[in-house]
Amino acid sequence: MGLTMTQKILAAHAGLDYVAAGQLIEADLDLVMANDITGPMALPVIRQMGGNVFDKDKVVFVPDHFVPNKDIKSAENAKAMREYAIEQNLTNLMIQGKCGIEHAILPERGLVYSGMTVIGADSHTCTYGALGAFSTGVGTTDIAAGMASGQAWFKVPEAIQFYLHGKLKPYVSGKDVILHIIHKIGVDGALYKSMEFAGPGVSELSMDDRFTISNMAIEAGGKNGIFPVDEKTIEYMKQAGVKDYKIYQADDDAYYEKVIDIDLSLITPTVAFPHLPGNGKTFDEIEAMEPIAIDQVVIGSCTNGRMEDMRRAAAILKGHQVAKTVRVMVIPATQNIFLQCIHEGLADIFVESGCAFNTPSCGPCMGGHMGVMAKGERCVSTTNRNFVGRMGDTEALIYLASPETAAASAITGYITNPVKLGGAQ
Amino acid sequence: MEAHGRVFKYGDNVDTDVIIPARYLNSFDAKELASHAMVDIDPTFVERVQPGDIIVARKNFGCGSSREHAPLALKTAGVSVVIADSFARIFYRNSINIGFAIMECPEAAEVISDGDEVKVDFDTGVITDITTGQTFKAQPFPPFMQNLIKMGGLVNYVNKKKEN
Ligand code: SF4
Repeated sequence: MGLTMTQKILAAHAGLDYVAAGQLIEADLDLVMANDITGPMALPVIRQMGGNVFDKDKVVFVPDHFVPNKDIKSAENAKAMREYAIEQNLTNLMIQGKCGIEHAILPERGLVYSGMTVIGADSHTCTYGALGAFSTGVGTTDIAAGMASGQAWFKVPEAIQFYLHGKLKPYVSGKDVILHIIHKIGVDGALYKSMEFAGPGVSELSMDDRFTISNMAIEAGGKNGIFPVDEKTIEYMKQAGVKDYKIYQADDDAYYEKVIDIDLSLITPTVAFPHLPGNGKTFDEIEAMEPIAIDQVVIGSCTNGRMEDMRRAAAILKGHQVAKTVRVMVIPATQNIFLQCIHEGLADIFVESGCAFNTPSCGPCMGGHMGVMAKGERCVSTTNRNFVGRMGDTEALIYLASPETAAASAITGYITNPVKLGGAQ
Repeated sequence: MEAHGRVFKYGDNVDTDVIIPARYLNSFDAKELASHAMVDIDPTFVERVQPGDIIVARKNFGCGSSREHAPLALKTAGVSVVIADSFARIFYRNSINIGFAIMECPEAAEVISDGDEVKVDFDTGVITDITTGQTFKAQPFPPFMQNLIKMGGLVNYVNKKKEN
C-alpha cells in the first residue's frame, strides 16, 4: 500500500523506506521552535540534557505572545529566552521590532519549507503544512529534547483526505473554508490524524489561504494539515529565499481513512460562534437571528494576520468609518507585513477608518494584552480559538471569522455578511 | 518489564482538567500534583490507589490541554499503566516522554471491570485479567519506546544516547 505525503516525509526523516500508520519512529528534525510562553519553561529541561542546542541554525525562539513585554513576569521570561539564544549563538535571533508572530515569521524568512520535519512548542505549529512540510505542536519535554538532540519520536498518523474542487466566491477566503470543514467534521473529527488537502481546488487557493487552513488543523484535533506543493508554493519559497526544498507527493494508492469532498464554490462566509471553533454558522442562519451587536474587532494573529488578510480587510474598510461604539485592532503578523501595509497605503485606510494599527504580536488572541475583553463583551476576531476565557473574561463572547467578515462587522457594529457590504468585486 | 495491580475503570473522554484541575497547576511539585490526581472525576481515587494500580478507560483519554502535569500526577500517584481504547495525542506524547506507560487496547478496555486484578507484560503487550482469566494482546512498544519508559523518560533517554 502506498504512503500519504505525511508518511513519506516521516519515513525519509527516520531513514526508512516504508512506515505504517500506528508505527512509532524516531525522526530527524529540521527545525525546532519555541515561543516566549513555552521557551522559558523548556530551558531548565534542556540544561538537564547538557544545556546546548544540537544545531544553532535549526533552533529558533520567537518572542511573540506577551511582547512587547506586558508585565514584569513576561519581561523576565523573554529575557531568559533571549539570553539563552545569545549564549547559544543562534543564527536566527528574533528580537521585537525585527520579527513577528512565529507561524508567520518562519515561512516569511524561509526558515520552513516543503519536505521538512518541524516541531514547535505551540499547538499551531501545524501552519507550515501549507508549504508541504510536516509540522506539529508538542509539549515541554519534547521541545527541550528536540532542541538538545535534533530528534523526536512520532507515531505515524493515518490520514483523512480533503478533496478540494471548484473556486471560491468573492468575499470568501481560507478562513471560511477551514471553519466550514471543522463544522463538518467536529473539533475531534481528525483526532490524531493528518489532514491532507488535495484536488484541483488547491491551486485556486492562495498561499495565505493555505496558511490559514493548515493553521486550524489542530482545531479539528489533527496532528498536522498538509498541502501538496505546486507552482504557488515554489514561487512563495523562492521569494522567501529558500533553495534546497524537497517535494514529497502522496502515492496514488495511498490509504486514506476517509475522503471528504469539499466544493469550494459552495462555501459562503462562515462565523464560528462561542465557544468552539466547530460552531460554524453561515449568514443564512445568522441573518435569521436578532442582529448581534459587537464591542471589538480583531484582525490579525497567526491565522489571519498576513498580507492578503490586510488587503482584504482594507478593501472593505476603505472609505468607511468603523461603527461609533466599536474598537478595532488591526495587527499585522510581521514587521514586513506592517511595512508593506504602509507602502500600499493600507495603514492610512486602517487609521483613517478608526482602527488601531498595532505592532506585530499575538496580542489579544490569547487574552494577553492589546485588546483583552470585559465581561459580557462581544468580539469578532480573525483568530483561531473562541474557548471560554480565551480573550479575557470568561463571560466575553468570541466569534471567529474571516478578515472580510471582521471588517464588514467593524463598519456596521454587528456581525455582518461581507458579501452584502462589499459591493462588486 | 511488568505492571501488576487493581483496576480503576473510567469511560470516554477523561480530560486533563479532571485528571489534574487547573486550580492546582500553580505547583510543579510532582507529589503535590499527585495528591489531587483524578479529584474531579473520582474524589476518593487518591485515598484508594496503591502503587502499581492500573487505570482502564475508553476513548480519547487525556483530551484537553497540553499540560504535562496530567501524566505526571498519575505516575506519581502510583499508577503503573493506563489502558484505553485511544489517547489524545499530546497526552500520549507527554506520558511516554516522562516515562509513564500507556497502552491502546480497545478489546481489553471494553471488557476489564473496575476492581479486577490485572497484569501487563510490556515486552509482549499481553494484558492478563487475573480475576476473569481473560487475556488480551496490545501492540507491544517498539524497543526504543520500551527503553524510554524503562529509563524514566525522554530526558534520560536523550542523555544516554548522547553518551554512546
Ligand atoms: S496568534 Fe494566537 S494562536 Fe497564533 S501563536 Fe499567537 S497566541 Fe497562538
